[in-house]
Amino acid sequence: MRYIEPHGHMVSRTTDDYKSMVMSGCQAVCEPAFWAGFDRSSPQGFYDYFCQLTQHEPRRAALFGLPHYTWLCINPKESEDVKLAEEVLSIIPEFMQCSNVLGIGEIGLNKNSKNEVLVLEKHIDLAVNNDQLILVHTPHLEDKRKGTQLILDILKADSRIKPERCIIDHVEEHTVKMVLDDGFWAGMTLYPETKCTSNRAIDILEVFGHERIWMNSACDWGASVPLAVPQAMLEMKRRGKDPQYIDKIVYQNPIDFMAQSPRFLKPEDL
Amino acid sequence: MDNRKNILDLYFLDARSRLIDIAAFMDRVDRAEGELDFRYDQFVEALKELSETEPNRAEKVLLAFSDPTHDPIPKATTKAACGAWPGNIN
Repeated sequence: MRYIEPHGHMVSRTTDDYKSMVMSGCQAVCEPAFWAGFDRSSPQGFYDYFCQLTQHEPRRAALFGLPHYTWLCINPKESEDVKLAEEVLSIIPEFMQCSNVLGIGEIGLNKNSKNEVLVLEKHIDLAVNNDQLILVHTPHLEDKRKGTQLILDILKADSRIKPERCIIDHVEEHTVKMVLDDGFWAGMTLYPETKCTSNRAIDILEVFGHERIWMNSACDWGASVPLAVPQAMLEMKRRGKDPQYIDKIVYQNPIDFMAQSPRFLKPEDL
Repeated sequence: MDNRKNILDLYFLDARSRLIDIAAFMDRVDRAEGELDFRYDQFVEALKELSETEPNRAEKVLLAFSDPTHDPIPKATTKAACGAWPGNIN
């Protein structure tokens, strides 16, 4: 079966992971900018990272015939330093012209601080002023509920925001309803410990429906599984879901959201 | 709507295993020395949700570990989350 990986930090993954993903049916991979696991010391570090996301990583994916798309930002984990964030924001427009850039992301909050909120608002402004899609990271663990509510309040307070052009990622049972009720897209991240398991994600689909929602592995340098989406597909099959249902969740829904950017090409049209 | 027997056939052994793991974790904590902290207190509180008969147990367990406040904090002094909110239980 086919699927799209709508959130994978491939700069952290091996070439073998690319091969495994393609062999498991992956048709396209989308890579939001994120935290490297350490703080970059200057805007130049981000410049190099954005070059990696827009030039090097698409070439690496292309070795396996896999289309690679990306999102740009300074991650909320590095947003406490507002001066650095402003400098990084100033170099993003140059990269927005690259052919694989879908939008601004993954922006959002981490510890729900005032500076994180300030930098989030600056990212939203950048996205809206450049007609970009928005991919939002919600905080981890004990900070998620509060952070998700803060993010939704900020987005809803901006009359320029079109909810159907924003995806709020990493939802769980205590945040998915507020996201969908406000008209936004929701992403479920399949992590071994700190986010959704496959079974919980499928439960969420059963309870909250399968419109405006996708699942992703968010595979990065931490505990994560690059084949988490095909593993969830297998679990859906074990529960008796039909192939059309599974295809909508893991293939059609990501296309429906990302094809709002003219840069995203449906895999069957390539 | 799924058949309950099918759900049990698929997931009973997995859930049984996870439940025993939780019991073993609590025994392990008991055997160890030193002070407990807010994480374990919240863990024990969250366990009570499993005895409820209402639905949305997963949501309620998540909320039991969540920061219930609304305003942004003045400054982020760490990047990490530990899974429980220090202010929940005094």
